[in-house]
Amino acid sequence: MGEPLLELRDMTVTYHTGRGPVPAVRGVDLVVDTGQTVGLAGESGCGKSTVALAVLRLLPTTARLGGKVLLNGEDVVAMKWGRLRAVRWASASVVFQGAMHALNPVRPVGEQLAEPILLHGGAGANTVSSRVGDLLEQVGLPARRARAYPHELSGGQRQRVMIAMALACDPQLIIADEPTTALDVMVQAQVLDLVSRLVSELGIGLMMISHDLSVLASTCQRLAVMYAGRIIEQGPARQVLQAPAHPYTKALSAAFPTIGDPESRLAPRGLPGDPPDPSALPPGCPFHPRCPSAFADCVDTDVALRPVDTGRSAACLLEVRP
Amino acid sequence: MSTPSPTAIAWQRRRAAVGRVWQEFLSDRGGLFGLAALSLIVALAVFAPLLSDASGLDPTHATGRPLEAPSGHFLLGTDNLGRSVLLQVWWGARISLLVGVLATLVSVGIGTLVGVAAAHFGGWTSAVLMRFTDFFLVLPSLVLAIALSTVLNRGIFAIVLAVGVTSWPSTARLVRAQTLAVESRPYIERAWALGAGHVHVIIRHVLPAVAALVFANTTLTVANSIIAESTLSFLGLGDPNAASWGEMLNAALGSGAVTYGAWWYLLPPGLAIALVVLAFMLAGRALETVLNPRLRER
Amino acid sequence: MTALLRADQLTVRYHTRGGSAARAIDGVNLDITAGEIIALVGESGCGKTTLARTLLGLQRPTSGTVLYEGKPLATSVRGLREYRRKAQLVLQDPTGALNPRHTVYEAVAEGLRIHRVPGDERELVTEALSRAGLRPPERFFGMVPHELSGGQRQRVVIAGALALRPSVLIADEPVASLDASVRGEILALLLRLRDELGLAALVVTHDLGLAWNIADRVAVMYLGRIVEIGPVEQVLTAPQHPYTRALLSVLPESGRPAVVLTGETPDPTCVPAGCRFHPRCPLLASGVDDETGRRCRSVDLPVLDGDHRSAVACHAVGG
Repeated sequence: MGEPLLELRDMTVTYHTGRGPVPAVRGVDLVVDTGQTVGLAGESGCGKSTVALAVLRLLPTTARLGGKVLLNGEDVVAMKWGRLRAVRWASASVVFQGAMHALNPVRPVGEQLAEPILLHGGAGANTVSSRVGDLLEQVGLPARRARAYPHELSGGQRQRVMIAMALACDPQLIIADEPTTALDVMVQAQVLDLVSRLVSELGIGLMMISHDLSVLASTCQRLAVMYAGRIIEQGPARQVLQAPAHPYTKALSAAFPTIGDPESRLAPRGLPGDPPDPSALPPGCPFHPRCPSAFADCVDTDVALRPVDTGRSAACLLEVRP
Repeated sequence: MSTPSPTAIAWQRRRAAVGRVWQEFLSDRGGLFGLAALSLIVALAVFAPLLSDASGLDPTHATGRPLEAPSGHFLLGTDNLGRSVLLQVWWGARISLLVGVLATLVSVGIGTLVGVAAAHFGGWTSAVLMRFTDFFLVLPSLVLAIALSTVLNRGIFAIVLAVGVTSWPSTARLVRAQTLAVESRPYIERAWALGAGHVHVIIRHVLPAVAALVFANTTLTVANSIIAESTLSFLGLGDPNAASWGEMLNAALGSGAVTYGAWWYLLPPGLAIALVVLAFMLAGRALETVLNPRLRER
Repeated sequence: MTALLRADQLTVRYHTRGGSAARAIDGVNLDITAGEIIALVGESGCGKTTLARTLLGLQRPTSGTVLYEGKPLATSVRGLREYRRKAQLVLQDPTGALNPRHTVYEAVAEGLRIHRVPGDERELVTEALSRAGLRPPERFFGMVPHELSGGQRQRVVIAGALALRPSVLIADEPVASLDASVRGEILALLLRLRDELGLAALVVTHDLGLAWNIADRVAVMYLGRIVEIGPVEQVLTAPQHPYTRALLSVLPESGRPAVVLTGETPDPTCVPAGCRFHPRCPLLASGVDDETGRRCRSVDLPVLDGDHRSAVACHAVGG
């Protein structure tokens, strides 16, 4: 095994805006081994997309990246520009949120797929076009679709093109940010199937980001839940979903009920209030204003992740037994 | 009630928004200069009767000798009838500005009406209105203005009409595009679902959204109108009794000032036109940049 | 039980840019009775949004009628305006649904002003905001949409609809753009409105879990037709139609082997002959007897009744 593919050590990201510094990510520790799938769950403002972009230093210039981001042992934060460019896409690639709109509408998809290959020193035209054809076949599209324009493809097909693009330079790690959010249920199933198949066939590592816990649990081996810039629970995906330790995780999984479960029939469960604004976090545990089990200590004690079981940890003061 | 009424709050917000627009406007140097220059010119034009003696414009009371070069007595020299050029330029501002503003009101009025109607009602209404607009857009405006001026009685009204009628198409197209953008927003559909009629949707939602753009466009249109008026007057179609800057240029050329070398008769009205147009352009452009991000914002 | 709002043999066809005719709704019967919540589920292109808009009178049907309290909808502007007080709309995107320049008060009062509802406007707005869960209402009067969170904006939209005291609420993906932890509150609000005000609701969604959470009945749409309809407990736990079965099987946590349909979500401009689902039908593919197979490919199914009976549009299953 050796060293992990991706290791985040106390990663912090602060945006310096006109209104002062906004801590979007406040100390995240995460590990992705080769061939492993890790899910990162959370809602708007929790910092998960920031984490995804930070791995390849794709953040805007107003963002300050702190801590260590080790990709194959190399610290991305300290990389020189030339090395970073070589690493981008070739070692790790990203399937962005809203990826379907990230395609250039005036160029055929084949050309756009070829772009990263050519940028990373791909060989002659022939090799490139056959590689493009291979990539399309890998994601379940016929090779001749390379000549199609984005508007001629459906939402699901465009998402497949984005996945193909992420595979273009044979990366070892793929980060997928909300890959199925705007898709229909059936298309979502197709895309998740595809992703799982590719990950196991090619032995690449996957970090998948979503707000839907059940989607993550069905595709990933490990699951980490983020809230207000920190990971507040992590562990094996199945266990976290079925027996959540942290009250927030419980609420998140209750938001998407299991059909057939009489407890959720005519009983929608949610949390009062809204996900916190990173620029105005409450003191103590950031979740306490919305937490159904909050008590006196929660207001002033900043909670760190504590182990609750083998391989599982949660950031909560309660004596939680999953 | 200790809390102010909701309508009062709403107006407070609007005042605050206008205040913000004003602050941003002030930060644009060009806009500031344009606004300052315009204010000065408008003030001078409006208070001309108080600050100067109109009798100097009457040829029978001309005190200077014809085509005298600038001197201490006549700062910008005299025209071919011995009248002060400075006084004429000063009073000419009133005519030029008046015609410019009136023509713009006509133009923007028609343009906004047509643009909103075409975009809002769509279908046949839109097709007919837009072909109508295209027709006017394609017509050589100057030729049409000349034709109109010759048909109507000479006078300010004719010029206002000629200029207004030929410059509304561009406003119409702009307003139509903006109305289409606004009407595609979900809150318009919500208004329909609430039971709104055409009048409510247009007045409460479309016009406020379009107004900012129209206002910025208006300042630019005034500049164009002033140039158009000057052109028409220069070509001899203006009112000879209303001495606008274009009329002055016409008179200067016609009286042989050029061959005489009387640059003081030609230059001031020309420069005045250029200055006013520049001031409007700068202010209008600054206003547009300030208002546009707001339009794009949400 | 007489239906409050009913769709009777509704069809909506329109011509796309390419010139082809799209059959957005191809024959739908649906009854909504007072105080019931119906979930209308389906994927994109199935016609559920068009159906919602047609029921509200925002879209004119090509044929068929929409009946409110037994009477067809008016076609005149005045008549439709009256109807608007009875049936209201809640849109998907709460951010786009509110005019960014209007305050919360103005947004909620808009309906009242349009209909010139008698009474103290301020009191009515306060009551509506309060019912929608925004308390204290006065605090929100002067706020503009971008100062509110997604959940709060959706509550303002709901308050605006409630101000007119409708009897039916039609919600198009009411929680799709909201954060997961906020969904529950909005859905609970809809249930509470049903209980407190007797408000009926038609919730259009692609999320079957939502139907399980709040709906009494569920209607599954495919390519412009309802293919299965019935009580939620029945349809979602013991689905009959192969499409419903496939949809439920691909949900994570479904406990069934996933039946992932091949192909893309279908296009309303080319509706297959026979049963419209047959090209993707896993039941047909896995083998039915020749006679049934022949009918699947060539015989179209009748339009289902929209009332309280359960019904399935399938040659192979019940029907």
